[in-house]
Amino acid sequence: MMDFTDDQLQRYSRHIILPEVGGKGQAKIAGAKVFIVGAGGLGCPVGYYLTAAGVGTIALVDNDSVEMSNLQRQIAHSVNTIGMPKVESAKRTFEALNPDVRVIAMQRRLSKDDILDLIRDYDVVVDGSDNFPTRYLVNDACVMAGKPLVSGAILRFEGQVTTIVPHDGPCYRCLFEEPPPAGLVPSCQEAGVLGVLPGVIGALQATEVLKLILGKGEVLKGELLIYNALKTEFRKVKVPRNPSCPLCGEHRTITELVDYNEGYCSMP
Amino acid sequence: MEEIAADKRINIKGFVCPYTFVKAKLAIESLEVGQVLEILLDSEEASRNIPKSMEDHGQKMLKNEKINDTDWILVVRKERE
Repeated sequence: MMDFTDDQLQRYSRHIILPEVGGKGQAKIAGAKVFIVGAGGLGCPVGYYLTAAGVGTIALVDNDSVEMSNLQRQIAHSVNTIGMPKVESAKRTFEALNPDVRVIAMQRRLSKDDILDLIRDYDVVVDGSDNFPTRYLVNDACVMAGKPLVSGAILRFEGQVTTIVPHDGPCYRCLFEEPPPAGLVPSCQEAGVLGVLPGVIGALQATEVLKLILGKGEVLKGELLIYNALKTEFRKVKVPRNPSCPLCGEHRTITELVDYNEGYCSMP
Repeated sequence: MEEIAADKRINIKGFVCPYTFVKAKLAIESLEVGQVLEILLDSEEASRNIPKSMEDHGQKMLKNEKINDTDWILVVRKERE
């Protein structure tokens, strides 16, 4: 049984009161380690809410620095941290919110050579990346390592969330076997994004993470939740496992990680 | 009335809602099903709210007694995790 300090008792009282959480659930949250890919539009709200919830260890990976154009949606950064690595800027914000949380800032780009080592000690991975090479690399690594992955994506007024539970539900490649050709799908930089949209999608991702940690409720396994902000409409699309998925199907052809970075421009 | 032997006693005098219930709930969580918790408190509001919340959570209130001008004793049996 976790011994809560008086401050923790107050901070987490609304969690402890919930029958689905309680002191035991809060102790699980405090013991959890979450790995967040991207400290941008999605990574900021995911990390912010998981910090508020008292997740014990949060790793943040991002190679970029804060720019003025980020501040319309990336709520962990500010005018005071422009030019600073995003992971460092977010770490300061999260630590100011909750000093119980250990934030590990990794300013780097993930590669096929290091991702499996980096995620090894973590319980849940969150994808808040903004490009397909990273999305596929993270999916493949999580399936190979058997780590649950909460994936989110946003563009213009639409966002999607799904939770990948390797070998139990479908993976990203069950849905789309290969990344689209470079340049086919526009980036937020080219197409724009409503600033509040990643807040909605990131909050949904953080909720999925907490349910995975607590072992309560139902996660979006085998389902893609699509949110249309213009219509204020949520849709759930069933996604079955693909028996011929090259990564998690019956005859696996992908047995090593792939870097798709060739041909993709680096996103700001 | 027969006295009920408590497996655990807590004194939450000086606490107010919702921390009264937070303390009581953490104490209940630390018990096994079937064990009994005795709570000493001095909040009139909590003397009404804790029994209601405990029953909402599926626990059994065995006693709710005002013992003097300021204090109450509640006795709860843990019925479920």
